[in-house]
Amino acid sequence: MSTVLKCHPGIGPNVTGMALVAKDNFSARYDLDRKQGIFSRPTHALAGQSYAGKILVLDQAKGGVATAWMLHEMKSRGVVPLALVFNRVNPILAQGAAFGDVTMVDRFEAGDVTDLIQIGDILRIDPAAGTVEILNR
Amino acid sequence: MRLTDEEQAMLAGAAGEPRRWAMQHQIAIGEFFEAADLVPVSQAHIMADTESLGEAGIRFLESLAAAPGTERRVRVPTLTDPRGLDFQTYKRLGQTDAMAALETRAIDALKAFGVLMTDTCINYQTILPPTHGEHLAMGDTGVVIYSNSVFGARSNFEGGPSALAAALTGRTPRYGPHLDECRRATRRFQLEVRPRDLSEWGALGGIIGRECGSYWEVPLIEGVDESPGSDALKHFGAAMASYGSTALFHIPGVTPDPDHRDRRRLAGHTIGRADLDAFVAAYGAAGDKVDVAVFAAPHLSLVEMAAVADTLGGRKVHRDTTLLVATSPEIKHAADRMGVTRRLEDSGAVVAAGICFYQSYAGEMAEANGWKRLVTNSAKLVNIIGGYGYRPTLLSLERCVESAITGRVA
Repeated sequence: MSTVLKCHPGIGPNVTGMALVAKDNFSARYDLDRKQGIFSRPTHALAGQSYAGKILVLDQAKGGVATAWMLHEMKSRGVVPLALVFNRVNPILAQGAAFGDVTMVDRFEAGDVTDLIQIGDILRIDPAAGTVEILNR
Repeated sequence: MRLTDEEQAMLAGAAGEPRRWAMQHQIAIGEFFEAADLVPVSQAHIMADTESLGEAGIRFLESLAAAPGTERRVRVPTLTDPRGLDFQTYKRLGQTDAMAALETRAIDALKAFGVLMTDTCINYQTILPPTHGEHLAMGDTGVVIYSNSVFGARSNFEGGPSALAAALTGRTPRYGPHLDECRRATRRFQLEVRPRDLSEWGALGGIIGRECGSYWEVPLIEGVDESPGSDALKHFGAAMASYGSTALFHIPGVTPDPDHRDRRRLAGHTIGRADLDAFVAAYGAAGDKVDVAVFAAPHLSLVEMAAVADTLGGRKVHRDTTLLVATSPEIKHAADRMGVTRRLEDSGAVVAAGICFYQSYAGEMAEANGWKRLVTNSAKLVNIIGGYGYRPTLLSLERCVESAITGRVA
């Protein structure tokens, strides 16, 4: 049994992994301790949690331009989210995902993706097709 | 996407590997945002601080920079955003020789493309101000929002790789603020308060940005009875872009775009004195020990530099506090020439050129110097710096200076 969510065609390779979900926004510079691989901004909904290898499911991209380089740098060390799933991204996250070859999708047909996906869900993302499949329900 | 013959040739590698990579990157972004084509740009501005680039990013730049000269030269005037390190001040700030070595490599690679090393986020005040209707590829959120909203120019947030791609191809995907339909106001704010200083203009930008919360929202701000001037709009826009990822605002009488016709249909939101005070109070820490007072983010204008020097008035910075002033190399030269740098340094301030604090290994500086409590008049900086382990407080310029002198939050 699985549920398929339709989204806008995205960026990066097909991946399967576990979701880490929050109703919050995202910037690699503002929110992360990129050495330890955890959310470091005290006021972030995921503060203290590890993001390495997880599929981040969040609301919007925020803040500055640094994420465009940082995803590439994080991937070179293997301490990087497996994929980024958002309601709506800004140009910087798209540019960073394209440059770093990190899977990213946004613009879901069925509504708020942070409601549609739950923490711990196992997701299969096909960016070219514009689909996110929830494998466990 | 529709491509011209020249663009097809670049994509096929006929103009060399750097331009082939650039075109491929731009098409990926353009398709993601449903751009119909590419639009020629007249300037590019690259954010490429080494903390963000890392070893991997520097190697990428070096690999493209190794192409023959004709294949790697940028096609439009291309500037740089602040760097990770100022070679004159880095040791005093606790930065390392290893960081300086990375910086040297990044600078060498960028120069090989023919990039002008302006190292500033106030290029719109100091280098070549944009003009109305000009398409740009600007690589700093504060530069983008100011260029779009105050000059009526057209730019997306172009991260380092995308700004470099635009520099190499001379164009950028046509989406976002390049299009009229993305420049119309979507939200309305009514001001019932006039900010008293730059820190409050930043706070106001932060409130509006936080409320908008998306790159695709365009706020219309009513109740600004006279233009607040360049430095106020700089802090206002930079904070709005930081808190909201906002790329464009409309202030009637300030913003050249004339599109305010259907404002009554937009959801309204009133901002008063209590809202500004609450925003500032959330970062309050009166009486706490101050480790570092920072004037940066965005770079200071010459007028701001002189204001800090005047407010210090020859008084000494507390021995347990660092006072850092960061500006562009151009403004630093002017401040040197006019004696402003000397006055700041005589008071014990560190005057840095070409860095902007948060882009300069802020976490490592905190660790090396034992810094925790930071005071600043930049709302943008208080928003960013918490993730690096700092406890930031937003104060007026005068209270930042008082805090630096007494060593306690004023």
